[in-house]
Amino acid sequence: MAVGALTHLAIVIAGTLVTVVGAFRLALEHHRTPAHEHQVGSLDLDHRKVAIWVFLGSECFFFGTLIATYLAYKGKSVVGPEPHQILDIPLTTISTFDLLMSSLLMVLALAAVQRDDRRQARLWLFGTAFFGLIFLGFQAYEFTHFVREGLTLQRNLFGSTFFVLTGLHGAHVTIGVVWLLCLWLLDLRGNLRVTDAIKVEVAGLYWHFVDIVWIAIFTLVYLIP
Amino acid sequence: MSSWITTVDHKRVGILYGVTAFAFFLLGGLEALLIRLQLASPGAHVVSAEAYNALFTMHGTTMVFLAIMPFNAAFFNYMVPLLIGARDVAFPRLNALSYWIFVFGGIFLNASFLAGTPPDVGWFGYANLTSKQFSPSHSVDFWLLSLQVLGVSSMISAINFIVTILNMRAPGMTLMRMPVFVWMTLVVQFLIVLAFPPITVGLIFLLFDRYFGAHFFDVAAGGDLHLWQHLFWIFGHPEVYILILPAFGIVSEVLPTFARKPLFGAPVVIYSGVLIGFFGFGVWSHHMFAAGMGPVADAAFSIATMLIAIPTGVKIFNWLATLWGGTIRTTTALHFAVGLVGLFTIGGLSGIMHASPPVDLQQTDSYFVVAHLHYVLIGGSLFGLFAGAYYWWPKITGRLLDERLGKVQFWVLFAGFNTAFFPQHYLGAIGMPRRIYTYAADAGFAFWNLVSTVGAFGIALGILLFMGNAWRSLRAGAPTRGTGARWSGGRRRRRRHTTSTRSLPSSPATPSGGRNMVARGSPPPAPPRATIFTSPHPPTGPSWSGSAWPSWRWARSPISRS
Repeated sequence: MAVGALTHLAIVIAGTLVTVVGAFRLALEHHRTPAHEHQVGSLDLDHRKVAIWVFLGSECFFFGTLIATYLAYKGKSVVGPEPHQILDIPLTTISTFDLLMSSLLMVLALAAVQRDDRRQARLWLFGTAFFGLIFLGFQAYEFTHFVREGLTLQRNLFGSTFFVLTGLHGAHVTIGVVWLLCLWLLDLRGNLRVTDAIKVEVAGLYWHFVDIVWIAIFTLVYLIP
Repeated sequence: MSSWITTVDHKRVGILYGVTAFAFFLLGGLEALLIRLQLASPGAHVVSAEAYNALFTMHGTTMVFLAIMPFNAAFFNYMVPLLIGARDVAFPRLNALSYWIFVFGGIFLNASFLAGTPPDVGWFGYANLTSKQFSPSHSVDFWLLSLQVLGVSSMISAINFIVTILNMRAPGMTLMRMPVFVWMTLVVQFLIVLAFPPITVGLIFLLFDRYFGAHFFDVAAGGDLHLWQHLFWIFGHPEVYILILPAFGIVSEVLPTFARKPLFGAPVVIYSGVLIGFFGFGVWSHHMFAAGMGPVADAAFSIATMLIAIPTGVKIFNWLATLWGGTIRTTTALHFAVGLVGLFTIGGLSGIMHASPPVDLQQTDSYFVVAHLHYVLIGGSLFGLFAGAYYWWPKITGRLLDERLGKVQFWVLFAGFNTAFFPQHYLGAIGMPRRIYTYAADAGFAFWNLVSTVGAFGIALGILLFMGNAWRSLRAGAPTRGTGARWSGGRRRRRRHTTSTRSLPSSPATPSGGRNMVARGSPPPAPPRATIFTSPHPPTGPSWSGSAWPSWRWARSPISRS
């Protein structure tokens, strides 16, 4: 048993390390390997841009499955609370508006990087991340409030499906915020020039996607009675 | 040696994939032999009932995720950049990362044996057998976490290959000029990218149920067990095309080469492959006819399943037409390719039988289904992979495999395979259920089970012969001449064959890229980036309008791109 637990732990730790190191080395690949510098291929598109589009296609199925499960289980809970008793639409409308506006800032950030306006790029990149953080703050408040009201992951099917769906969306926003802050740090250190605009563009595609998914979630989970 | 661990070169990563997959393949094969020994006679006590459950679960999971998928990945890695004229894959480091994640996932899954709790719920892990209540040990945890890890590996590599194929083709390599193997690779990567998210979500649900007390698969709380079955099979059915389409691609390369004729109706072979991938998402519920979905759903999925037989049949007839009237060289690779055409047809026909719900209700959970799936996965995937192994071995190693021993291996494997699995059709038809660790002596199952076990050892002998052949080739095999283009040596109609790698330098001495291999001293050749296609046809005509497919060949270009 102890051996099993140790093996388990060791492999999880080793796997995490490999993943983290691998991810960082990927991030540095462009800088370190001159042979890999030519990233524009036969479609006249950057490899990273094609990759993120493919990844977002996959993410559509990911969130599609989560939302489909929520809808399939809607109204199947044997105990309360029910969605309409607990969901606070006005409050979530504010956080939805905040997330939508962050997409606007993202566009401004990309435009600023593309014209090499370092000051504005810094401002809008941080602004986008900050708006993402505000959204996460709303979500943290909402989750805490729901748990106080008695709706937990373990309470009923609504709790299970709701928290996993919106929680995984929140996880995506969190990754986006970390990504944007990384770009912001790159910019502060002077490493985000016009030639690096593709990095902001790829992050932007991800950010807009996460935003669009929230519109679907807000409509299907909150607005539809 | 350590350069193999840090390598990001696509050829080396391909070889690593192949060798690792073969190790897991042997492990899965040993599990299969234990299963067959236990079933060889009624009331046997080779393994306990619990161990038997673990064996068939691990055999299935290992063969699908740790053997056939990475075997395919080995060929993707090695061949695809060469076939499209790319220097490497789009993200070489990411490629290495996906290999290492796969290795860790495979070791993690098998570490469950060390912990004493191997997964024992079947490779499909139906809810609610997987719940904490019915599987209190860590067996399911090992299974679900390692599947999640392996899914990450597949996803990363799929994105990498889609970008590589779409964005790294050499000038002149239009989509319709791509070799059929590359096309099938592309379809498979799209299947992976779109089919893995549902299983990922399903595994997340299972994780939350087991660790955090959520209720996704809890009937008492209003949950529906069909949810797992749907999520699993939305992934699971495209998964079988992920396993078989690369073999179809290999056969489409091997047959024209040795029939010395262009692939008959090559564009149609490509379109049908794309169509199979597309339909593959609309048939998953034929795995669930017994679950009681009602007549409308049953009818819809039954019709969709029968429809998917059409593009598959198109491929079979195209291959036959390729052989028809050809100047056939009966090499080992051709033996395996033709073996696939025959055996996959048998497996495909039994598949059409269970596409009909009333028939399926009789056959489901019986050995008939076991026979069916092994005909498509061994007779299909594995035979295709062996065809590819014999076909591309000289390209990869610079040495030849022994042809006579290869043909012996083919016939041993062919005979062993049919002896092992053909009787299982009969066993299923007379009512032997799947996943039972033993059966009564008076059930009438004993004789054909014994035959089947003998056949299983025949398969094992065939695999040993391959290992012997590979060993001999690597130690003292005849070296290939020049470019390593062993199979293009036809004296006639040279350009009409399909081995598009033949004018590229053979690999062992001349890496196509990657820092680690260049560092070994041999001067790097002009990179394939500097190659373009020349077409013997007028530039306006599509390459397949004439009789030759593909009608281009590699040429060294005096100009270098960028």
